[in-house]
Amino acid sequence: MSFSVTEPTKGTKWFAGILVVAYAVVTIIPLLWIIATGFKSPTDSIAYPPVVVFEPTLEGYVNLFTDRTRATAQMLEEAGPPTTWYDEIARERGTVISGPSRYGERFLNSIIIGFGSTALCMILGTMAAYAFSRFKVPLKDDLLFFILSTRMMPPIAVAIPIFLMFRNLGLNDTHLGMILLYTAVNLSLSVWLLKGFIDEIPTEYEEAALIDGYTRFQAFYKVVLPQAATGIASTAIFCLIFAWNEYAFAVLLTSGTAQTAPPFIPNIIGVNGKDWPAVAAGATIFLVPVMVFTVLLRKHLLRGITFGAVRK
Amino acid sequence: MAQIRIENVRKDFGSFTAVQSSSFTVEDGEFFMLLGPSGCGKTTTLRMMAGLELPTKGEIYIDGEEVGMKPASERDIAFVFQMFALYPHLNVRKNISYPLKSQGMPSAAIKQKVGEIAEILGITDILDRPVGGLSGGDRQRVALGRAIVRDPKAFFMDEPLGALDAEFREHMSEELRALHDRMNATTVYVTHDQLEAMQMGDKIVVMNHGVVEQFGVPQEIYDWPATKFVAEFIGSPPMNFLEFHGMAGSGETSVSFGDTSFEMPRLLDGDSGALTFGVRPEHIHLDDSAPYRGAVTAVEYLGTTQIITMDTMNGTIKVRTASSNTVKVGDRTGLHFDPRTVTLFNAETGKALQSEANAKVLTHG
Repeated sequence: MSFSVTEPTKGTKWFAGILVVAYAVVTIIPLLWIIATGFKSPTDSIAYPPVVVFEPTLEGYVNLFTDRTRATAQMLEEAGPPTTWYDEIARERGTVISGPSRYGERFLNSIIIGFGSTALCMILGTMAAYAFSRFKVPLKDDLLFFILSTRMMPPIAVAIPIFLMFRNLGLNDTHLGMILLYTAVNLSLSVWLLKGFIDEIPTEYEEAALIDGYTRFQAFYKVVLPQAATGIASTAIFCLIFAWNEYAFAVLLTSGTAQTAPPFIPNIIGVNGKDWPAVAAGATIFLVPVMVFTVLLRKHLLRGITFGAVRK
Repeated sequence: MAQIRIENVRKDFGSFTAVQSSSFTVEDGEFFMLLGPSGCGKTTTLRMMAGLELPTKGEIYIDGEEVGMKPASERDIAFVFQMFALYPHLNVRKNISYPLKSQGMPSAAIKQKVGEIAEILGITDILDRPVGGLSGGDRQRVALGRAIVRDPKAFFMDEPLGALDAEFREHMSEELRALHDRMNATTVYVTHDQLEAMQMGDKIVVMNHGVVEQFGVPQEIYDWPATKFVAEFIGSPPMNFLEFHGMAGSGETSVSFGDTSFEMPRLLDGDSGALTFGVRPEHIHLDDSAPYRGAVTAVEYLGTTQIITMDTMNGTIKVRTASSNTVKVGDRTGLHFDPRTVTLFNAETGKALQSEANAKVLTHG
């Protein structure tokens, strides 16, 4: 009698299937709820019991992207008939659009800072991980432990020293400052993850490249990098998700030019009463870049998130 | 193509000495085998020649130029790895053309050259396949293609047949040797398989514990081993050792133990104490009239020959004889040792005593 892998029974398959579906439902419902709320009218968004079937409107999105002022009947008359569909939506609420909101800028800041820090983290991380993996580095184990130890406390614990440091360096509320900060926080994770992936790549490949007449650096980027693609992709996703979602530092260190989307979204709540559809619209749009990035890199992910446990 | 010379090369890894003071010369166009058990320093020696490790001490000359501290990329050599190390993200054609690309060869010339090489190796039909799905033999050929494509000064191969099935190894080793003869390229080949070394090599270096034990052509090493290690490592079954206490005088042509005197080549060295009388299995003849006796304990039939294991008063020995000799377990018979090929060793140092027969071999190595 062997105890090797056998075909799962029908019951097991059903059980596993139900578990997966149940898990998916639990995780996806809040997401669907947010997306749906973005298309609700303010009344529907706070209706109790909650409405599942509703008439969709783009009011939340209009409110997200515009600043509006309350208008008197006289003002409305002077302004003439609405010229665009979003004007019309604003008029229905007795307001006129006074200009675009800052959400676009904040979103762009998030993109610059999130992807900027991820790119920097990957460049530094792969090179550091390669060096730790391949070369005799003095005090290698101590250094690696030190790098890991920077993640042993929540980053926000050092918020005040960082705030003071940034103020002295003139990095407060700058893109560069936020990129450097998120890179510093993520670098330990990326060095550790990437070192694991690079350790797995046999050194013979680079040696073959060295023999074939390439320099060490050429061997690194022509031979090692393509094979570490999986690891780099999954590490990049982790770094991006952290930098993208980071809230506390963003509140503390940015207010104007470099403010990212996360601290901006809660601002919407207070402007004209609790505008939940606008908040939900902001959150929905905010989800898109990470989702696109993840989907683009998904073929690398399955192997990547098992942290190199599976070898081909 | 080039001559390669290694002088007093030593390699330490921390407190571990992988290679201690090796010296030998690989002549231009030679197929040269580095042979030894695992951990003997043969691969480290090869890697130092290739520039993948830097020697702790000593000099390495390729084509007369001292290259010991030069990076691999500047030595103009090719290396075939045991696991082939084909670039997994490139297809066969790109793998083979990779060394040419580093030299900046125009792509039309690369294409032509790769085509020629593929023709020689018989892999034209797989040029555009990814390397992932190839069989062991094809991978091996691609790895060879990548090595020979740019006409390097020398080829270094680290157990290139180690990853192949036994059946295919035979075939590939013939192919390799034929390729070498055709290109007449200086080749240094690392193996732990003594048969492979004897079969393919023009010259063999036998290493053990980081030390070169012997260096010479296969037949000399087989017939006149310099140490007991070489005598045992080469040959299957290995050389028989009859241990005894006694004396062997310089100028003598015989040595005595167990009340019997055995003829041997005239000794140039004298020694006494614990000695070992070494004789190859095929140089022992069963002869009922001989005074030195043994009892048969096992018989292995191998087709044309058979291996007979016998107990003697100086230890167990194996005899290779024609299968036509009928011998049964339990038989007692006399043994005659062919005096031409007997080697006497000092049992403690393991070194062979010089005789008229082996002196020439032992002094040049």
